[in-house]
Amino acid sequence: MPQLDPVIWFFVLGVAAGAARADLRLPGAIYEFVSTVLLLAIGLKGGVELARDTGAMPITELGSILLLGFVLPLPAFAIAYYVGRLARADAASLAAHYGSVSVGTFAVVVSYLATRDIAFEARAPVWVVLLEVPAILAGILLARGLSGDVAWRHLMRELFLGRSIVLLLGGLAIGWLAGPEGSSSIQPLFFDLFKGILALFLLEMGLIAAAQLPTLRHHGLFIVLFGVAVPVAFAIVGAGLGQVLGLSPGGITVLATLAASASYIAAPAAIRTAVPEANPALSLTAALAVTFPFNIVVGIPLYERIAVALAG
Amino acid sequence: MQQFPRRLLTVVTEAVLERELVAELEALGVRGYTITDARGKGSRGRRQSDWAQESNIRVEVVCEPALAERVAGHLRDRYYDHYAMVLFLQDVSVLRPEKF
Repeated sequence: MPQLDPVIWFFVLGVAAGAARADLRLPGAIYEFVSTVLLLAIGLKGGVELARDTGAMPITELGSILLLGFVLPLPAFAIAYYVGRLARADAASLAAHYGSVSVGTFAVVVSYLATRDIAFEARAPVWVVLLEVPAILAGILLARGLSGDVAWRHLMRELFLGRSIVLLLGGLAIGWLAGPEGSSSIQPLFFDLFKGILALFLLEMGLIAAAQLPTLRHHGLFIVLFGVAVPVAFAIVGAGLGQVLGLSPGGITVLATLAASASYIAAPAAIRTAVPEANPALSLTAALAVTFPFNIVVGIPLYERIAVALAG
Repeated sequence: MQQFPRRLLTVVTEAVLERELVAELEALGVRGYTITDARGKGSRGRRQSDWAQESNIRVEVVCEPALAERVAGHLRDRYYDHYAMVLFLQDVSVLRPEKF
């Protein structure tokens, strides 16, 4: 049996408990708290590392990662629309979810690499921020076209002031300002407890994923195939881009994982208001009950091998 | 004790709509409202309250009957097609009519 990070077992526990309808529920406030700590911790860690060496992000890297976010939804839409024969709104919604990123998956890959002492670029949290929004915009455009009646101003505000962006960038800024010495006072909560907090987060994610299982049965095989094949294909694209950009093997693994991950927080909320006719359960179930578990259990070790093969 | 008749409008809907809904209520002239987290089951399945993406809210508004009708009609036209939403109206009595 391959070495599975213990935090993954918490996810398995959550799924099993949820599927068995065990009397287990974390209050919503706990989920909010745990995910807030995770986002801040990831941002802070990156900020502290950035303060150590001023490796500024090359503009080509910034531009190409932004572009990746806009481009990824197109093949996802084509597959869902032409192969899956989904309604246009549903296909566009899936495209937005799969082009955007999952911070939970990011936290797991960070933990995976840390356990194995594999270094990656400190600015990786910025990649998350760059990848979160473009795909959602692309998905809305795919559903609506340019002339659609979308409340863009309201939507942009919601997107750019979303929790994950505010907390990741806020954490990065604080970590960078405080530096390695200054941040030692907040180390116990944000750095030492990271794994434990991640374990709680994954327990809750397991419960939420288990709640999607009945919907999964309803939507059948296409969603399962889509939810596994698209991430692997996107991971290869992400890894390829990482190699072209000259990232470290750890960095390539992170970028591949981000490309493979599917959003289940920012995208569902934005799509729900901007494309109301899309079935929200379809995309959420694919992202949560298929792709998230696949990525954290099978995907990340696979993407690391791809990264090592590319870099070596 | 003198009592004044008003209408109570209760809306149970998706939490994701909260901000938009509040803005619309205020634009329609509603002066006050109460929002609580809710969970339950309806034609669109079971709704948990423990995760923001899938949670429900209950919005209560006490106001003049005419305004309550207007709000109810607007919500019906705007949201019934694509969102999980239930709304109902009741007669209630208040003691301070100037507030509602």
